[in-house]
Amino acid sequence: MMNDRENAFHIVAYCCHYCAYAAADLAGVLRLRYPAEIKIVELPCTGRIDAREILLTLEHGADGVMIAGCLEGDCHFQDGNINARRRIERLKQTLSEIGMDPGRIEMYNLSSAQGNRFAEVATEMTERIIELGPSPFRTMVRIEDAVESNP
Amino acid sequence: MTEKNTNGLKSGSNLERILREGHFAVTGELGPPQSADGAVIREKAELLKGYCDAANITDNQTAIVRMSSIGAGAIVQQEGLEPIIQMTCRDRNRLAIQSDILGAYALGTRNVLCLTGDHQSFGNHPTAKNVHDLDSVHLIQMVVKMRDEACFDCGDEMKGVEPRFFVGAAANPFGDPFEWRPYRLAKKVKAGADFIQTQLIYNTERFAEYMQKVRELGLHEQVYILAGIGPLKSPGMARYMRDQVPGLDVPNKWVDRMTEATKGIDKDDKKARRDAWRQEGISIAVDLIKELRQVEGVAGVHVMAIEWEEAVKPIVDGAGLLPRPELSPLPPSDPKKKAS
Amino acid sequence: MIVAEQKPLEEIKSLIADYQNVLVVGCGTCVTVCFAGGEKEAGILASSLRMATKLDGNTKQVDHLVVQRQCEWEYIDPIKEQVDKADIVLSIGCGIGVQALVERFPDAIVVPGLNTTFLGLPTEQGIWEERCAACGECILGLTGGICPIARCAKQLLNGPCGGSQNGMCEINPDTPCAWQLIYDKLESQGRLELIMEIFPSKDWSNSRDGGPRKITREDLRLAAEETE
Repeated sequence: MMNDRENAFHIVAYCCHYCAYAAADLAGVLRLRYPAEIKIVELPCTGRIDAREILLTLEHGADGVMIAGCLEGDCHFQDGNINARRRIERLKQTLSEIGMDPGRIEMYNLSSAQGNRFAEVATEMTERIIELGPSPFRTMVRIEDAVESNP
Repeated sequence: MTEKNTNGLKSGSNLERILREGHFAVTGELGPPQSADGAVIREKAELLKGYCDAANITDNQTAIVRMSSIGAGAIVQQEGLEPIIQMTCRDRNRLAIQSDILGAYALGTRNVLCLTGDHQSFGNHPTAKNVHDLDSVHLIQMVVKMRDEACFDCGDEMKGVEPRFFVGAAANPFGDPFEWRPYRLAKKVKAGADFIQTQLIYNTERFAEYMQKVRELGLHEQVYILAGIGPLKSPGMARYMRDQVPGLDVPNKWVDRMTEATKGIDKDDKKARRDAWRQEGISIAVDLIKELRQVEGVAGVHVMAIEWEEAVKPIVDGAGLLPRPELSPLPPSDPKKKAS
Repeated sequence: MIVAEQKPLEEIKSLIADYQNVLVVGCGTCVTVCFAGGEKEAGILASSLRMATKLDGNTKQVDHLVVQRQCEWEYIDPIKEQVDKADIVLSIGCGIGVQALVERFPDAIVVPGLNTTFLGLPTEQGIWEERCAACGECILGLTGGICPIARCAKQLLNGPCGGSQNGMCEINPDTPCAWQLIYDKLESQGRLELIMEIFPSKDWSNSRDGGPRKITREDLRLAAEETE
């Protein structure tokens, strides 16, 4: 599945510690396969996510960003995931204004027990991004370089 | 202040004399066209002449640009129908209003109705800047001051002829807060209003409640109150006014009467349905006038049949208010007699 | 506080279209609190512009910084070097901030990234409402602490008009009728007599109608500036 590094798709998955991150872990334990394009970043809560961070992720060449938080009503911090949903909705409008397909970002909700579901949404997101094609910013900065210049 | 030849009247307008002589007054309404066509005004004036004592000439009603109320009013005047010039605070500051008042008087008009004006967001120029330098109460004060003190709003004395208008104002008995409405009317009376035309009245019980308070405040003895009447054209219009128009109170019984008006008429016979509705609308208006006439303090009715001027005659006739009183020409005025 | 919102990106792009190096300058005061022109918004806007201009095939250099108060000389003086380096400054302060930069940096081209909207307050998180029109002659003491100039669509001093229904203004069902609020407040306090008398027409010369306004406090001026 892996192409050479330059041609591989990169999808950053911001995952809440209390659910999606654990679900991804569970998926591993269950030996469920999910695409290697998914790069997981752990968050204490999706409520922590900042529009700037997602924009910079995209600007630095990520092909897509998924944000995965707890099921609505189950947030460890009450409503961090609901705040995240609203912010993602607004950010999608910003992406449209920029001229990017808002489908490059998506929010998902799942519980820590849903290893299956994690593999499912990771696959779904990856398929969507591959369909959308490589990010127009991918050639600008290689992710590795971006990480080094923006620690 | 110098003594004026006023025949003891404030303005000498037909409307003023009708009211002072104790007749139950009838005013109509005429909406100028959205064009420079004076012929439209003349045609509409013909439909109202003889059936009302004076007719309001609207001032960019619902904030849609139309021929000016003064321009149209002057034409109406030429046609032998007395105009009531509507004047809003939306489009003019105190300078423009005063100069318009002078011009309107010079053209021979004698009644003015002081209004705040509908908000421009309802009209065809929603991006316009509104003025509202004054509100309707200030406008009344200013026009009355120009007449009674012969001076401008700033206090400067007028050199020459002062504009002597019969000054009207509007009142909405059904706006909120309901309990405050009589007091707001009191402010307009205190400002010097000579007559009041109310918003369309369909809920006579609630209006009677309002008038009870108006009488308690003694306002009916200080100002002539003309109750607003508007013929309904269709059940749809009745429902729209009941549900959508702020400041209107249309009881269900009128909506029902309009709906039942077409009973037994073939749904496809559009003309017959339209005629039946209009007939019922006129009949309801007649009933309303008869009822409102019984309310102590109501000095007349203001029939608003915009774009349906033909309805005025049957309504006024049906209410037993025809023929309108013909007043004798004013005698030469007595310079010693002061306006009261 | 001053409440503002960001202009559409398309309009901002057209304002900076002819310049290569763009400096976005945010402000740490009112527009930070209303989430229009603070550190976060400056970062988002700079990033958005970099991406948008690249997609348009006209990649621009867009940097951003935030000063604590864009409306005071001492806070904007320290950014002179960055301003000098930029081809254009995109201020996301309020209209005052934009003009402060224009006055302090005479050679710089400064354009606004925000529409300064009104003087108001956040009535709840994410909602701001207008409260003051800066008319120069405060009458709140006579109207139960509710401003008819800022909050009545027709600025009535003897309201409400006939369009007040169920406590709401006819021009917008989400806008409370200012005069209903005034009536309710004074009624509940037993002070209705305050609005029984005719409220005189307003002296607008204290407002913007009298021309741009200026306040001088001799007691506060510095001797050095006074002699200038």
